[in-house]
Amino acid sequence: MNTPRKLKVATTSLAGCFGCHMSLLDIDERILDLLQLVEFDRSPITDIKHCSACDIGIIEGGVCNAENVHVLREFRANCKILVAMGACAVNGGLPAQRNHLQLHEILTAVYATEGGLASGVQIPNDPELPLPLNQVHPIHEVVKVDYFLPGCPPSADAIWKFLTDLIAGRTPHLGHGLIHYD
Amino acid sequence: MSDQTFTLDDQEIPFAPGQSVMQAALDAGVFVPHLCYHPEFRPHGSCKLCTVKINGRPATSCTTPAAAGLNVESNTPEILDKRRTLLQMLLVEGNHFCPSCEKSGHCKLQALGYELGVMTPHFNLIYPDRPVDASHPDVLLDFNRCILCELCIRASAEVDKKNVFSLSGRGITKHLIVNAESGRLADTDFALTDKAAQVCPVGVILPKKQGFSIPIGRRRYDAASMSAHVDEFKPTAKVQEERP
Ligand code: SF4
Ligand code: SF4
Ligand code: FES
Repeated sequence: MNTPRKLKVATTSLAGCFGCHMSLLDIDERILDLLQLVEFDRSPITDIKHCSACDIGIIEGGVCNAENVHVLREFRANCKILVAMGACAVNGGLPAQRNHLQLHEILTAVYATEGGLASGVQIPNDPELPLPLNQVHPIHEVVKVDYFLPGCPPSADAIWKFLTDLIAGRTPHLGHGLIHYD
Repeated sequence: MSDQTFTLDDQEIPFAPGQSVMQAALDAGVFVPHLCYHPEFRPHGSCKLCTVKINGRPATSCTTPAAAGLNVESNTPEILDKRRTLLQMLLVEGNHFCPSCEKSGHCKLQALGYELGVMTPHFNLIYPDRPVDASHPDVLLDFNRCILCELCIRASAEVDKKNVFSLSGRGITKHLIVNAESGRLADTDFALTDKAAQVCPVGVILPKKQGFSIPIGRRRYDAASMSAHVDEFKPTAKVQEERP
């Protein structure tokens, strides 16, 4: 029998808390149905480190440092459809709550003036560490995004409805009870 | 009620003399999205969410008097699209981080976003820097969410006779201020029982010590969309106050 090709899906978490990925796993046994329709490429679920050509890329989290920008661009270059999943990817979310503060003030407060760290600790300055951006940005300010799935996190049912619509070739429609900003 | 009518999306809407298009529609049980309209106050016409097309021309339904024979378009793809854009502009102008907002689930801005399917703020976010005012013992002001609807200003001036709030500045710098030399709410005679403490459609004027007494997910607009609450917005409605 001629079964349709599985769609290739890549996922990543940028400036997010992995809550959206947890919510994705929260679809429970429906993940078995999902795996009939898709295979995962780069994703925390597979631990594949780089994207190959994919049908759908799902981004959790906004952009808070230089590495986030590179990963986001890699996804955009490789994915036919790019999805912003969750409040942080959609509008910056919790990490963007630092946006009205000066970056050096935050780093100084965390690493120099707050109590609780060993004496002599300094603001990390290892070339291996990605440089933080001055402000956290939602991903649509950096690349073109095709679909948005708000929620903090979006519920498993919202993710399921969204993905099944998308995989079936429909414009995802959540409707009352599934669309949430909180 | 007179026997005069106008047409709203192919439905005949009766109206009483002096009613606005919005009032007549709500009275007939037809929801028109709105943020600055409140049944107990004179129309304000600032949020533009209630925009319809009247005889082919865009107009705010809350300020346009009903008249016999008008052809009003409200629930059309074109108008819905414009309303979504208005909501997106309001969302990027402020800081609307709903997960930490006590008003979430009771908020009309959010409820309209859900109702109209606003999935993204679309524009670049401004992330304004507006310090909160926690000086008052009973009420917190989080200016980051103000949509400048002036309902608190109107309520404080017209009902409470206290004039606690004003707008200051022009254009994008326009913002809500507290009428006290210090600018602090604690230095006014504002009280939790004021009408002005109860009319904010979003999460600016928040009573303290009751933030999450109703859990997220079980609040007014979680249970049913804003249009399902149409009866609360009728001109004659005894309004359920906008408490979180
Ligand atoms: S005021 Fe409304 S839209 Fe803004 S953060 Fe609060 S719940 Fe969200
Ligand atoms: S504080 Fe609330 S009621 Fe007052 S102008 Fe702002 S949004 Fe309107
Ligand atoms: S409700 Fe008519 S302009 Fe705001």
